[in-house]
This record gives sequence, C-alpha cells and structure tokens, in this order.
Amino acid sequence: MKILVCISNVPDTTSKINFTEGDTKFDTNGVQFVINPNDEFGLTRAMWFKEKQGATVHVATVGGAQTEPTIRKALAIGADEAIRINAEPTDGFFVARQLAEVAKNGGYDLIIAGRESIDYNGGMVPGIIATLLDMNFVNTCVSLEIEGTDAKAVREIDGGNETIATSLPLVIGGQKGLVEESDLRIPNMRGIMMARKKALHVVEATDAPTMTADVKFEKPAAKGPVKLVDAGNIDELISLLHNEAKAI
Amino acid sequence: MSTETKEKQLLRGGQFLVKQVDCEEIFTLEDLNEEQQMMRESTKEFVDRELWAHWERFENKDYAYTEETMRKAGELGLLSVAIPEAYGGMGMGFVSTMLVCDYISGATGSFSTAFGAHTGIGTMPITLYGSEEQKQKYVPKLASGEWFGAYCLTEPGAGSDANSGKTKAVLSEDGKHYLISGQKMWISNAGFCNLFIVFARIGDDKNITGFIVENDPSNGISLGDEEKKLGIHSSSTRQVFFNETKVPVENMLSERGNGFKIAMNALNVGRIKLAAACLEAQRRVINEATKYANERVQFKTPIINFGAIKAKIADMATNAYVDEAASYRAAKDIEDRIAIRVAEGNTHQEAELKGVEEYAIECSILKVAVSEHVQQTTDEGIQIFGGMGFSADTPMESAWRDARIARIYEGTNEINRMLAVGMLVKKAMKGHVDLLGPATAVGEELMGIPSFDTPDYSALFAEEKDLVKRLKKVFLMVAGSAVQKFGPQLEEHQQLLMAASDILIQVYLAESAILRTEKNAKRFGEEAQATQIAMSKLYLYRAVDIIAQRGKEAIVSFSEGDEQKMMLMGLKRFTKYANQPNVVALRTQIAERVAADGGYTFDA
Ligand SMILES: Cc1cc2nc3c(=O)[nH]c(=O)nc-3n(C[C@H](O)[C@H](O)[C@H](O)COP(=O)(O)OP(=O)(O)OC[C@H]3O[C@@H](n4cnc5c(N)ncnc54)[C@H](O)[C@@H]3O)c2cc1C
Repeated sequence: MKILVCISNVPDTTSKINFTEGDTKFDTNGVQFVINPNDEFGLTRAMWFKEKQGATVHVATVGGAQTEPTIRKALAIGADEAIRINAEPTDGFFVARQLAEVAKNGGYDLIIAGRESIDYNGGMVPGIIATLLDMNFVNTCVSLEIEGTDAKAVREIDGGNETIATSLPLVIGGQKGLVEESDLRIPNMRGIMMARKKALHVVEATDAPTMTADVKFEKPAAKGPVKLVDAGNIDELISLLHNEAKAI
Repeated sequence: MSTETKEKQLLRGGQFLVKQVDCEEIFTLEDLNEEQQMMRESTKEFVDRELWAHWERFENKDYAYTEETMRKAGELGLLSVAIPEAYGGMGMGFVSTMLVCDYISGATGSFSTAFGAHTGIGTMPITLYGSEEQKQKYVPKLASGEWFGAYCLTEPGAGSDANSGKTKAVLSEDGKHYLISGQKMWISNAGFCNLFIVFARIGDDKNITGFIVENDPSNGISLGDEEKKLGIHSSSTRQVFFNETKVPVENMLSERGNGFKIAMNALNVGRIKLAAACLEAQRRVINEATKYANERVQFKTPIINFGAIKAKIADMATNAYVDEAASYRAAKDIEDRIAIRVAEGNTHQEAELKGVEEYAIECSILKVAVSEHVQQTTDEGIQIFGGMGFSADTPMESAWRDARIARIYEGTNEINRMLAVGMLVKKAMKGHVDLLGPATAVGEELMGIPSFDTPDYSALFAEEKDLVKRLKKVFLMVAGSAVQKFGPQLEEHQQLLMAASDILIQVYLAESAILRTEKNAKRFGEEAQATQIAMSKLYLYRAVDIIAQRGKEAIVSFSEGDEQKMMLMGLKRFTKYANQPNVVALRTQIAERVAADGGYTFDA
C-alpha cells in the first residue's frame, strides 16, 4: 500500500496572531510553524500502517523552502520520502490541485489529508483532491482500518459516528481519533539523523487558478474584564446577560 | 564542520583574556542548524509531555518515575547523543550534546540530576578512558538506557578533597580480581543504577584508581537509605557500601593511579553540562514569573507594570541570555578543538579528552556563573509570586530548592573558583597562554601617562568592547601582581583568588554576550536585536561594578603605598565609562519586551 500524507505548515497554536498589509496578510514574524495537528494524526496513523502492514509513506506539502523543516520533521517521525511543491499556497483549490497532481503521478492507494488546517480552516482540500482524482472520500475520519483494498472508516457526524465500508483508492480528511494525542510521536534522535539522508523532492507547481483573494482579516473583539455581580442582585445579572452578553 | 574550523582562529583555553575575538568567530544559539533545532524541539516535547506534566510526582519522591522517564529518554535516543556511533550512540558533536542537556533540564532538577549523572559522570569515564573491550561491553547498554550508571567518588571523609578517599582495592591472591571495600556517599542514581564507576586506592598509592563495577547485591554491594534532601526530591541519592566486592582486573579504568585524573576530566565535562542544565530552568522560571506578573493584579494594575518587578524580570532575562552566550560559545570551541585533534590524527577518544581538558577553565567559569544565576533567578521568581511563590503548589518553590544543589556538586563553587584561576596561572607558567607579556604591558601602561582623547564610540558596542578590553587588564593587573608577590604561595590567599576569579568570570560572560549580540545585529539588524543589545549593555554594567569592587578588595589585600595607589588608579581607569549607560531605561526596555512576549523568547 502506498500512502500520501498531505501536510500543511501552520502556525503553532500558541502563536500571537497579527496581520500586515492593511489586514490582508498574516504576519509570520516571530511565528513558529508546525505540522498541522489534523495532518499529524493522519501521519501517525500512516506510520501504523507502515509498521504493521508494510505500507510506504510519502508526505507532501505545498510551500516555499521555509516549509522544509516541517516536512523534514515528518521524515524524522518515519515517513519514507517527502515532496515539496514549490509554490505559495493561495487557496484551497490551488493547493488541492497541486496535491492531486503529485498524487496522480505517484500512484497512491490512500491519500490522507487533515479535515482542515488550523490556520485558515478552509476544510476543502481533501474533498477537492478526491473529486479531481475521482477517488472515494471520507471526511472527518476518526478511525481507519484497511485490509487488502477494503477500507473501514468511521466518520464523525453530528452527535455520533457513522461507520462506512469503502475501498481503495481512497482519500480521507482525518482528525483526532485516527490516533489519540498520546500516540503522537516525538521524533527520536536517530530518526532526526536519518531524515537528513531521506529524499526530499522539490517539484514545480502545476498551473492552477487562484479563485479567491483575502480581502480582510479581523481578530475577535478583545474580551472585557470580568464583572462580578453581588449574589443578591439577580436583576442586574439578568440585565447583563440579556443586554450585554446577549446570552438570554 | 572542519572547513569552518580551519578558517577561524580558535583560541586556546583561557586565551580569551589576552586575545580579542571577532564576533564572527563565536558560535551562538542562533547558529543551530535545522537538525539541531529539531533535536531541541523533540527534547522540549519530551519534557512537556513526560516531565513537566507530572511535575508533582518528582516533588513527591517518586523515584520509580525518575527511572521510568530516564528509560523513555533512552528510547528517544536522548541518552546517546554524545556517544560514538561505534558504541550505539548518535556520535553527535559537543554542541548537540549541550543542547539536549540544556533543554531536558528545565522542568525538574530531579530528572536533570539523574540525566546528568548517567550521561555525564556515569558514562563518560568509560567513553573517555575505557579500553575497547570495556567500551564494547558497557557503552551500548548505557547509551540505550537499558543500563544506568552512577559515579562513586565522594566519601564521608573525602568531598572536595576527592583524592583523599579511603576506599581500598586489593588484588586477589590469584591476581584475577580486585577486592573493593569502602563507603561512598551522596551517590546520584545509586537506587536504580546497574553500574558504578568507583574510585579506590590500591595499596598506598598517591592517587586513586578507577574501576567499572557492576551492581550486584550478592557481590558485597549494599545501599544506604535515600537521603532526605532540600531539593531534587526524586533524584536517588544514597550511600553505597562495598564489602570485598570482587571486580575483575580487566575492569580497571585506564591505569593504576590514573583515577584522580579520570575523576577530574569527567568533572570538566560535567561542569559545562551542568551549566547547560541550569539554562532551561532559568527560562522556565522567567516564563512562569512573567505569566504570573502579567496576570496578578494589585493596586488595580498587573504587577508587571511596577518598576520593581520590571527590574527583576530584566535581570533574570539578562542572566539567561548571557549564560546562553557563554555556554554555547565554549561548547563550540570544545567541538572545534576536538575536530582539529581528530584531523591531526588523534583517536576520537583522545581528541575529546584533550578538547574538553583544553577548556577546563571555561568549564569552571560556566559552572560557577550559571549555577549562581539560576539561584538568583529562582529566588526572584519566588519574590515575583509573593506569598504564592512560597507555596509548594506553585513551581517556584521547587525550582528554588532544586537550583541550590548546582552550587555544591561537580566541585563546589569555591573549589571551581580557585580552579579557574589556578589552572590559568598554571597554563601561563607552562607557556600555553602568554599572560606574562600582556601583564607586563599593563604594568607599563600603569606607569605611563593615560590618553585623554575620547575615542570614537559611535559604532554599536564600540565603547563596550573597549571596556571589555580594559576589564581584562584589571585581571592581568591583579593576578599578575599577585603571582609576582606570592609565587606558588598564591594558593593560600583564597580570598584574593576568589576575587580574581570573579573578575575572570565576569569578563568571560560580558564579552560572550556582547559578541553574540554583535554577530546577530550584523545578520538580523540592530533593530531586531534591540533588546539583546540592551541586555548585553546591562550585563556589562553589572560586570563592571563587580569587577571594580572585587578588584579593589584584591589590590588592597596585597599592596601598599604608591604601588597600591597606582593600581587603584588603574582600576578606576579600566572600569570607567565615557558614557554612563542608563540602566533604569535598559531594564524597562528589556522587561517590557519580555512582558509583551509573555516570557523568555531570546533562544528561539
Ligand atoms: C544531591 C547530591 C548529589 C551528589 N552526587 C554525587 C555523585 O553522584 N557522585 C559523587 O561522587 N559525589 C556526589 N555528590 C557529592 C558532591 O560532589 C560533594 O558534596 C561536593 O564535592 C562537596 O563535598 P562535601 O560535601 O564533602 O563538602 P566539603 O568538601 O566538606 O566542603 C564544605 C565547604 O567547604 C568548602 N571547601 C572545601 N575545601 C575547601 C578548600 N580547599 N578551600 C576552600 N573551601 C573549601 C566547600 O566549598 C564547601 O563550601 C553529591 C552531593 C549531593 C548533595
């Protein structure tokens, strides 16, 4: 089985978020980038397929040279090869088109992407890849087992789970549940050393239209200070909840 | 690596006092390569997940948990970074070794002591001095964490005077074994180790001898109870008793009588690593203290807004920044010296030994300086937390207690202060470092008429670098005259040695910070380094004060009349600013940046 894990290079969750160029661009200054958490769950599941079922695992990302530490971390965790598509990711379609091209050429049986990236939260990439490649698709995937070409996937739905029987070739939009947080791997020292020797292919981007542009980013309004209401003063509490918090 | 090594002028140990270094020639944390950054990330993830998240277990004397996490560290390869590949290690350079030691050590002193005792003094004597057979037999197990090591030097009657131990090694009648008997004290990792490095005396030898002793209770080895300690609660510390313990003759380390040398060289490495181990502890305390000060409101304002708190945060960040600069500078010098030795045909083992030995002075300097800084920082950490800092429910209290040991083990700070100056004087006597020439030049300068021109100090650090040059002269003046006066008896003038040592320490640290920042300002721009520039200036200011005070104490202790007057005048000249820095403004600037970042971010 040949697996492609699509990896998005995203700001660490503790990063301070600022914008530049008239609030149209994310300010990457001083921001640390990591493997998108949803992708990391998928990568970890892919490692399980590698170790238990002999799968080959490649990872791919769309991004400039500055994203290489992120995919090299995936190599250090245990992926066999990495592909960097040398282009700035603009929107969901552009990214999916690039990944689909790489996936088509690589002959993968299983393509694992994250349900969404935690920076722009578009949530479109795995679905578009599946459409472009005409593959089966399971989104919000929380469990995946494969035997031969049969796949059993569990999808999170509102208030519960749905178990789906499907087959390879398959695209999933993965998330926590594929593996748990405690299963996530810290790259070990040997893995880090080996990563240096593994192939990291840089391929040029395919023509693809950018269909959207960021017009403006806004941060959520800053929270005001906590208001303490005297225990006896129910009327004020109700008034605050109704008029200010608009909760009731 | 080697091409880089060839181009730079690599100073010998102690030579920083008499040679000017270009900022491009020192290594800084900002020079880490991608692989090293990844190692650092892995180490931090390990600490967050396995150590920091279970912080109370370390406080509650959960010795088993220390062992369990040490094993996990082994699985990640964190115990074998420094070990050659031929013996199951990663064979990485000294900087990488320091890096892991640094970032693994912040969460709890219990783990960092276990880690240091195992990877440093518990393993290094074999990698540095072991025979091929010994290395093949023991090192792979120690590298993987299958086995753990401990180091038995100290005895009830032999602490700082380490060569005075009474533990005996007697050759058996058939000549196949030594029978070791004696009592060792304060042995870290004793409770769970598989192997002891034991120092014992054969007959009436002048010097002790090192042995590798497998831990086997049926072989006359027994342990005392766990010591009740002020800090590092989950680090196992016990007495170890040897009663006619049979040790095969082939388990002798190096040669008979070489033990003291082994012990001391293992400690050289241990000392610089201990300095590294006190870095992340400082960063964590700064992070926690900043978070608390940003959130704690008194008099209707977050306490971070108070100047008194800002001054503390600024000094804490400055200490950590300067310590990083000096520690990584020395680490890379050691790495380069090892590379040069290897290129010259030394075995890796010889090269590493000589490489570290070369910088023994710097290792002592760092051990003292950084262990004292972590103490100050944890102390102020408690102060910033106020009453909460005194509570065992916040991590300040344990950080403070855990930090305390660093000034005692691996040679007390008093011993290391004396060693630093002592070794330097010895090197000068042997002609390895020319102190005499520069000291004579300073003497002549004192007699001459000082120049009253004000140099052009407009470039970044122009005045600071000139000042550092003059601070070096203070040391040369004080130490040079003291050596002249007392000759070999200098050893007996300990207060003088302590003062000289403080001058030496401050020079190395202040210079390292300035060089680090200068290098980065050239690369990243002065604006991007504004806070680092402020920290370098603040530290230098503090260093100048310490040097002026300690210099005066020293000079007055051994001189009188005109000579004294001349030296005091020189001291004044050498410690004088043309433009007094506004340290209040510097501290405010530094603290405001740390507060805005929510903690210490200068190592990113
Ligand atoms: C928690 C812990 C873990 C340890 N782990 C280990 C270990 O794993 N292996 C091991 O072998 N040892 C270990 N030690 C021992 C440690 O290295 C010694 O405690 C240390 O070297 C000091 O020796 P001492 O305690 O006998 O103090 P002493 O030597 O009695 O010193 C007492 C005081 O006198 C000062 N002093 C001593 N001699 C001089 C002098 N010549 N001039 C000026 N001042 C002097 C010292 O600086 C100190 O302030 C550990 C100790 C502790 C507390």
